[in-house]
Amino acid sequence: MKKENFAAYIFLLPWLVGFFLLTIQPIVSSFYLSLTEYDTVSDPYFIGFEHYEYMFVDDYRFWEALKVTFFYVAVGVPFKLGFALAIALWLNQGVQGLSLYRAVFYLPSLLGSSVAVGILWRQVFHTDGLVNYLLAFLGISGPSWLSDPDTSIYTVILLTIWQFGSPMLIFLAGLRQIPHDLYEASSIDGASKFRQFWKITLPLLAPVIFFNLVLQTIDAFKTFNNVFIISGGNGSPVDSLLFYTLYLYQQGFEFFRMGYASALAWVLLIIISIFTAIYFYTSKYWVYYESEK
Amino acid sequence: MKQNRLLKHLFLALASLIMLYPLLWMLSSSFKPESIIFNDLSLWPSQFTFENYPNGWQALRIDFSIFYKNSFIVAVFSVIGNLIACAFTAYAFARLEFNFKRFWFALMMMTLMLPYHVVLIPQYILFLKLGWVNTYYPLIVPKFLAQEAFFIFLMVQFFKQLPRELDESAMMDGCSVFRIFFKIIVPLSTPAFGTAAIFSFYWTWEDFFGPLIYLNDIEKYTVPLALRAFVSAEDLSFYGESFAMSILSLIPVFIFFIIFQRFIIHGIAMSGIKG
Repeated sequence: MKKENFAAYIFLLPWLVGFFLLTIQPIVSSFYLSLTEYDTVSDPYFIGFEHYEYMFVDDYRFWEALKVTFFYVAVGVPFKLGFALAIALWLNQGVQGLSLYRAVFYLPSLLGSSVAVGILWRQVFHTDGLVNYLLAFLGISGPSWLSDPDTSIYTVILLTIWQFGSPMLIFLAGLRQIPHDLYEASSIDGASKFRQFWKITLPLLAPVIFFNLVLQTIDAFKTFNNVFIISGGNGSPVDSLLFYTLYLYQQGFEFFRMGYASALAWVLLIIISIFTAIYFYTSKYWVYYESEK
Repeated sequence: MKQNRLLKHLFLALASLIMLYPLLWMLSSSFKPESIIFNDLSLWPSQFTFENYPNGWQALRIDFSIFYKNSFIVAVFSVIGNLIACAFTAYAFARLEFNFKRFWFALMMMTLMLPYHVVLIPQYILFLKLGWVNTYYPLIVPKFLAQEAFFIFLMVQFFKQLPRELDESAMMDGCSVFRIFFKIIVPLSTPAFGTAAIFSFYWTWEDFFGPLIYLNDIEKYTVPLALRAFVSAEDLSFYGESFAMSILSLIPVFIFFIIFQRFIIHGIAMSGIKG
């Protein structure tokens, strides 16, 4: 094939400029900054790995932020994907008005990260809010969900579950790829619906589940907008909503500790990379791509 | 059998209602007087008022028409930038042969997974040194440099499935690759551009982090930043007004969703956009 180097690089030029200026250079220099004390006013002052040492040894808020974020990921993602899969399976059995239901279930995902939804959630779980009003009907006096550090995280988890629509759409697309004759053949052989699910649907859907899992986990680690609004911008009450990205924002843009914030960013990068690597590595054992069979 | 079907619909309708209830409650509360918002669960207000809208519109030092104007400026330029720059990049990756193609493509795909936070602080420092903090440039210029790898990926997928024979026969007729791009690829790719444009609009319209970091003066605020001001004043009884303004901010999103539903749902199914 004839090479079209000149033309190709002209087309690539904007991306290449952006890639070097806004991605590569920043990645490298954020690592350098993470080894310095820097407040954007005076020059960076090199301190070696002190930030990392402080972070892991002395900074209890860093550990708090990790705890909050991991808990959110560990509870929120499985529930969200569970709901998404369950509803997708329901809808896939052929329902009239599929596109309407699909649209309704997807809507919260679409509005998901907007500040308006954060405001709504704040009022829904307010002490005098919607949820407690409903509970009062049942004679239960609900807690102040958002000002109690034991319950605040669950309101945010519920918010992410509410947005199961986008993984649901991806599941639906995946389910549609499964050839129909597999089900027909197996039901002639007398396989139950339950068996069909375990032996046909689940293995063939595994790549899609895997894809959703990676995507949702990475997304969950990066959660910011909603928690910023719900927690009033500082992770309160008592740091129970101190998500990792919120802590990073505080260090960088409220305390102007740019060096420390860069170190936090690098740790986040490493965490996300590890998770992605684990998924990709273990997927060999539990994901069956059709062609391999 | 028939009963079964009815049961299914009943279940799905109930689930839909639960999903939508908070949103509908916010909509109806925006028409309720402050005093009854938390004492009235019904979706139909027992007392109607339109006051929340004009009051909310002017609740801050600057009225919302400025914030909407700002948001639209940022969104429109972001959409244009994303479309042009990502289409250029995607065309090279999808249709042209050049040295180091696989290498660059792999790097581009890696940026899909990269958490924005790693580049955030050096980018901020760069824009600060350029004197761009408190302007819209940091929000718009990266879009003209194709920094949303997602749209590149989406367009590469689309361009690849256009028949190669089109390019080849045009090439025989002496068309340059530039002409092929503008005369053949671009006109055939409106569905891909449509999907990219809608999502690019959504992401900038709802973007909160970028404006939070880069915009300082209230005159420059976008709508999400202005909404946040209601939250800071939580002790005042502004619920009705904050609901009214929240609802208004969702209306463009909602209208686009109704009109372009098929694009959106297809786009997600095809490429796994987060939405």
